[in-house]
Amino acid sequence: MGNLIFEQVLNSLQFGIMLFLIASGLTLIFGVMNFINLAHGSFFMIGAYLAAWIAGLSGSFWLGLLGALPLTALLGFLLEWLVLRRLYQKDHMVQVLATFALILICNDAVRMIWGPQPLPLNMPSAFSGPVLLFGLPYSSFRLLVMALGIVVALALYFLINRTRMGMWVRAGANNLEMVGAMGINIRLLFRLVFSLGLMLAALAGIMLGPMVAVQAGMGDDVLILAFVVVVIGGIGSVPGAAVGALVVGVVDTLGRGLLPTLLSLFLSADAAASVGPAIGSMMIYLVMIAVLFWRPSGLFPARS
Amino acid sequence: MQALLSKISPAPLLLLLLLIAMPWLAQASGMEYYIGVLTRMLIFAMLASSLNFLLGYGGMVSFGHAVFFGIGAYVTAIAVFHGLTNAWLVWLLAAAASALAGLIIGAIALRTRAVYFIMITMALAQLFYYFFVGLRYYGGDDGLQMAQRPGIGFGLDIRGDNGFYWLVLSWLTATLLLLALLLRSRFGLALNAIRQNERRAEAVGYPSLRYKLAAFVMAAIIAGLAGSLIGMHNLFVSPKLLHWSQSGMLLVMVALGGVGYFYGGVLGAAVFLALEEVLSSHVEYWQIYVGVVLLAVVMLAPRGISSLLRMGKSSQSLEQGESHGA
Repeated sequence: MGNLIFEQVLNSLQFGIMLFLIASGLTLIFGVMNFINLAHGSFFMIGAYLAAWIAGLSGSFWLGLLGALPLTALLGFLLEWLVLRRLYQKDHMVQVLATFALILICNDAVRMIWGPQPLPLNMPSAFSGPVLLFGLPYSSFRLLVMALGIVVALALYFLINRTRMGMWVRAGANNLEMVGAMGINIRLLFRLVFSLGLMLAALAGIMLGPMVAVQAGMGDDVLILAFVVVVIGGIGSVPGAAVGALVVGVVDTLGRGLLPTLLSLFLSADAAASVGPAIGSMMIYLVMIAVLFWRPSGLFPARS
Repeated sequence: MQALLSKISPAPLLLLLLLIAMPWLAQASGMEYYIGVLTRMLIFAMLASSLNFLLGYGGMVSFGHAVFFGIGAYVTAIAVFHGLTNAWLVWLLAAAASALAGLIIGAIALRTRAVYFIMITMALAQLFYYFFVGLRYYGGDDGLQMAQRPGIGFGLDIRGDNGFYWLVLSWLTATLLLLALLLRSRFGLALNAIRQNERRAEAVGYPSLRYKLAAFVMAAIIAGLAGSLIGMHNLFVSPKLLHWSQSGMLLVMVALGGVGYFYGGVLGAAVFLALEEVLSSHVEYWQIYVGVVLLAVVMLAPRGISSLLRMGKSSQSLEQGESHGA
């Protein structure tokens, strides 16, 4: 039992950190551009597919990672230039529909290119075994994912709070027109924020790829979780996304992982095994409702 | 009612007559298979019309509308599972359950606006999705079969394809008449005013939240009844009916047809399902084409097919120059 809890707590933190990578891009794009991008989850998927493809050709996970990130950014850049920049001025309904169309296109496009079967993406061999942590075995790859996620989160913190671009981004989330009036190139800022957000989503997809199946539609449910994170944290707030991601990661993983065990203390094993995972999956939405009940614009509203 | 009837243009009436005659035409031409397809279209037309009412007239961009569709379907299947054979009772239960769900979801979601509203309706729908996935007793993930279609009495047979088709057509017609009356009523005008300028409507004395919630519940009931019909049509329900991608598809239908045009939902559902029917029988991956068509419509004709056909006035055209947003 102790071992299980230890493992689940670490898993939940690791999942929360990955969710942060996805949600931070989503919330930045919302915050700065007032743009609702449902296709964000598709880039989570595309990143994983490109990495699995390159890793399959070259035999190296690291080459897959290094190759997939710039390729995803390039695709995002093209997409922004061809389609999305025409949507910034439109209302949210149009943005939702157009990016929903992109989800349909992306999901079928990867099926057409790589086939309907999931692609294998193996962990790098150096990290495929367990390590001992406080005397208990834990997957070294998951630790690596956590460490990488924390490094990226810190870099993002530095970028947003200590650099000129970060200052524009913070100002843009607050009052975009004023930023434009101060002579900042808003188009360029948009493109930078957009590419950055998509690369973060792709990074999460690549790092989670070996643990979940790399298949069409893998980004769809992640997208909803990222939405919940953004709503809990407050749209446009990166610290909010960090708190929201940890809350959702912990509640979701612990809910699914521990609830069946907990319930079996009160219910028959059979009932606990059938009801537990469903209630576990519902937990994060209940948390979200609770947060919204007291704070209708999230924990850290970026716009007043 | 008299005034309303005189306002109906002849085209929809002719179409209705054609639709009534369809089973005989299909029989004569040996295309009975298409009665099933048409039934599905009519059910989705009803569902999409309820979302169009919410979206185009109430100004609420709900990304979780399929939840009521699924609840109506599940209530139907569960009622039949427990031996209920009276369709009227089933519909009463389905309407009550979706009204209750609409009240709960609406009360939570309407506390928020704009992007938050979109995301919260989506997330709340997922909550119900997982609820039905967890209902292991009623099939869970695998869904629930229905042993038989409940009957409506009066000596009418809805077990056969044609009888059920006429039943669905009656439901759709009734829904559209109700919506037409509703939109012309004091309530509909107030709702329209609230969509165009909520602050002004409040100032005039309309409690906007109460109006929006009432509209939300009405749309939920219509969607729940449509869900009940799809359950009876397929004799099978599964959590897929209320997955968020289904809600997305519904939005697609309304957008294709034309948001805020009275027949936008009907037209959108018909075009979407026809597209699906044709594409899925010719190509393996048909959704990519739906995506491309949708993208083209959104970019080139954002007011949908109705605007291209110049089908009357859209509710949206009244607010030229007004600010956008949910």
